[in-house]
Amino acid sequence: MTGEVKLRRYHAPVWDEPIILELGRRGERGVLLPEVEEGIRRRVGPAGDLLPAKVRRKTPPGLPELSQAQVLRHYLRLSQQTLGMELDIDIGVGTCTMKYSPKVNEGLAAMIAEVHPDQPEETMQGLLEVVWRFGHLFLREISGMDEFSFQPPGGSAAAFNNACMMRRYHGLRGEAAQRNEVITTIFSHPCDAACPATAGYRVVTLYPDEETGLPDVEALKAAVSEHTAGLFITNPEDTGIFNRQIDEWTGIVHDAGGLCAYDQANANALLGVTRARDAGFDMCFFNLHKTFSSPHGSSGPGCGAVGVTEELAGLLPVPVVVKEGDRYRLDYDRPNSIGKVRDFQGNLPSVVRAYAWAMSMGAEGLKEAAEVSAVNNSYLETKLRKIRGVTKPYGGRRVDQIRYSLAKMREETGVGVDDVNRRVVDYGIQTLFTSHHPWIVPEPFTPEPCETYSKADIDYWAEVLRRVSDEAYSDPEKVKTAPHGSSISRINHSPFDDPERWAMSWRAYRRKVRKEK
Amino acid sequence: MGSRRPVHPYIPNSVPAVKEEMLREIGVASADELYAQMIPERLRLRRRMELPEPLPAELDLKRHVEEILSRGNTCSDYLSFLGGGCWQHFVPEVCDEVIRRSEFLTAYAGGPYSDLGRFQAVFEFQSMICELVGMEVSGIPTYDWGSAAGNAIRVASRITGRREVLVPRNISPARLSIITNFCNPTETGDRITIRQVGYDAGTATLDIGDLERKMSDRTACVYFENPSYLGVVEVLGDELSEIAHDHGAESVVGVDPITLGVLAPPSDYGADIVCGEAQPLGIHMHAGGGLSGFIASRDEERYVGEYPLRLISITGTEREGEHGFGQCRYERTSYIARENAKDWVGTTTTLWAIAAAVYMSLMGPEGMREVGESIISRSHYAASRLSEIGGVNIPFSGFFKEFPVDFSATGRTVTEVNRGLLGHRIFGGRDISAEFPELGHPALYSVTEVHTQGDLDRLASTLREVLS
Repeated sequence: MTGEVKLRRYHAPVWDEPIILELGRRGERGVLLPEVEEGIRRRVGPAGDLLPAKVRRKTPPGLPELSQAQVLRHYLRLSQQTLGMELDIDIGVGTCTMKYSPKVNEGLAAMIAEVHPDQPEETMQGLLEVVWRFGHLFLREISGMDEFSFQPPGGSAAAFNNACMMRRYHGLRGEAAQRNEVITTIFSHPCDAACPATAGYRVVTLYPDEETGLPDVEALKAAVSEHTAGLFITNPEDTGIFNRQIDEWTGIVHDAGGLCAYDQANANALLGVTRARDAGFDMCFFNLHKTFSSPHGSSGPGCGAVGVTEELAGLLPVPVVVKEGDRYRLDYDRPNSIGKVRDFQGNLPSVVRAYAWAMSMGAEGLKEAAEVSAVNNSYLETKLRKIRGVTKPYGGRRVDQIRYSLAKMREETGVGVDDVNRRVVDYGIQTLFTSHHPWIVPEPFTPEPCETYSKADIDYWAEVLRRVSDEAYSDPEKVKTAPHGSSISRINHSPFDDPERWAMSWRAYRRKVRKEK
Repeated sequence: MGSRRPVHPYIPNSVPAVKEEMLREIGVASADELYAQMIPERLRLRRRMELPEPLPAELDLKRHVEEILSRGNTCSDYLSFLGGGCWQHFVPEVCDEVIRRSEFLTAYAGGPYSDLGRFQAVFEFQSMICELVGMEVSGIPTYDWGSAAGNAIRVASRITGRREVLVPRNISPARLSIITNFCNPTETGDRITIRQVGYDAGTATLDIGDLERKMSDRTACVYFENPSYLGVVEVLGDELSEIAHDHGAESVVGVDPITLGVLAPPSDYGADIVCGEAQPLGIHMHAGGGLSGFIASRDEERYVGEYPLRLISITGTEREGEHGFGQCRYERTSYIARENAKDWVGTTTTLWAIAAAVYMSLMGPEGMREVGESIISRSHYAASRLSEIGGVNIPFSGFFKEFPVDFSATGRTVTEVNRGLLGHRIFGGRDISAEFPELGHPALYSVTEVHTQGDLDRLASTLREVLS
């Protein structure tokens, strides 16, 4: 069972796949539509005559022309050149909770594929019930909050939603102009700074104490004032460090007249362990595509489920699903609502999946998921701290993830995290998530071994890192010149900041780089 | 009974022996001891959560959720004319096949050496959107049309240094609300003011006179849509853009890309920034979850530098002729610049962008022309049939796939009409009588390529029956 971990031979698929606009021949078709019926044509005449000549398209769009099998083959090849979570041991992408998305839930979510969001409520009772049950029976208990909305279609969108609610809250009290500052911490996700800024706030960022990795509570006391609108914070922060004084923090912000918004992107190891409400938060959000198993979809669609206290429930975006007797209804009658942050009700397939996942777990299962995530994280640490060149800045036990540093390795070998990141790919391991900027922790990486990874998975992943570390110390060039087994060789980055050469479309590339007319 | 609960299939290390082995390695006796080192006792939840009894067996779970969801209907078993921002279009099977692929479904944030295919697929989405709208730059998708418009308007505001935008009166109220949250923090002084421009009562196109009256040197942009929320094609796009440009403002156009096989691209009538909704391009409605916005512009540094989105650029590699990809001007984004970023970027709707790329590839230029012609023929046929019914009035003629139907003269409200249709398993058009009282008792009907002549004849005859 224990013993040496044998690394597999791996090479990413190499298809040398052209851009689809380079493929096909004029006249090919991938799919046909039904002919317009004779009866329709007789009555309305040629379609072209139904529009003024002025608005008609003069030249056809330059889309590719391919037959169906060729389109499918192209995209299947691109899919093969994508290392999805289900193919690798995706521990390296921390803060993202790359957990297994149960297949059964895909089929359940697909049941609503052909539902239009404006259908009469009586034809959506089942769907509304799932939404209500998940919010009322699960998330309320998990967080301690009173009411939930699923309209924000991602984590950052939820942070923006919460900034809008904060703005409205102070606006209703006539204090919006005065309370124009939001406080966050540098190890909170960037959305906790960027979204309040987009909503019009000046952002005050607190930096960590060198020893604890957390800002000192005195720094918060100094930051709050009559200008404080509120706090946007993650806990544990992206370092994995849990702020043990978080209830004191929320108290300080409340005393200054602000609200506290909890970004629960890192909630996976906290389910059933500690709750947003009990730490004094007024609002929070969960990423259903992280903690609640909805798949990440190559970066969305996701869902940022926003929970609030009763006092703020009237500010939630509309509509909110409510239950009356045994019927479910969409409640638009919330005069203080911020309105909408996303059309309709947001991304409900994510809610269906999250509900199914939570139903499969129950109270004990959710707590077990949390505990195993925490155990996995500390277990991985026992492996990583034996690896040469890996250090863990700041002391202490971490919750769901740890921000490590390769600064020592870089100093001793010249190999840094960007090099390691290109090299791990050669072992069939997804690129490590480093850190958002600025890199307070130098040469950072942030693994998160959530509950769906086995001990063998963790051992394997750690072994890859150990092997790459050995290479860095014995043959650094091998790491620096990586990747050696990727779908492509090393990328030329210089065009990305050069207006003469960057190209966000095939037509721009043809004009600028290929110099075609 | 009495036996130990089996280990959950999604949690391998809950096998007690394994967990104990790991705890031993860590040097603690239990998970509880671990937590005690991290979270103070006063914040711990010291009781079992009160949640519904779980269904850990897959078959039980499946039955349970299916049973709940079966209490509902879909647009597959009802005939639907709902639109208004989310539309029932034909989704080729290959689109679903590709986005069901585990690799695309479960990837997230890897780099181009591990996720080359994801980068390329997004680049192809950008490229084909650019072909449709006549631009050279696009980025990863946004959440929906509303957020794309919100982002585009904020880009225009930053470029011009101005803080007032003009939007049509006949915009979707939901979209306007989203834009308002993006642009107009009504509660703060530092806001972008939104002013609405009226529409012509006869044609539903934008009222040029009203626009000219409201233009000023404070105007950052004129935002208009093609087709508008009321379904009408904007025939004066070139004049609207010209008026914007004459005042040093940007022309921002929101567009439904399913029209662009037959309608002129916004670049033809002076658009500087284009945004819109990709859901019609091969994405199911998903109860509204299928929405996915996009933004496009000319390839000029002043636009590129202001995008909030990740922009995937093509580049070369060390191997001759090989394509690589990466992030253009990444330091613009909130991942780098935090509160100094151009708005924010996050997890949006990339899976839908991949579906849209597949759709555009399958359709090609001919397919896009055919779908546009099919829709416009069918919608005009439907309008023609409905207008034969006594008291039913269709106020505007220059529409694409959607058109308001005014029931005022029938003596019925839209609620009553739709209730009658529902009894015949038809979802009537969206009730917009509260949104547009000036149109009487209007419902917004959406007709697309999925509607057969038989469906439209059935709508007409059922409506006649309901109104009789």
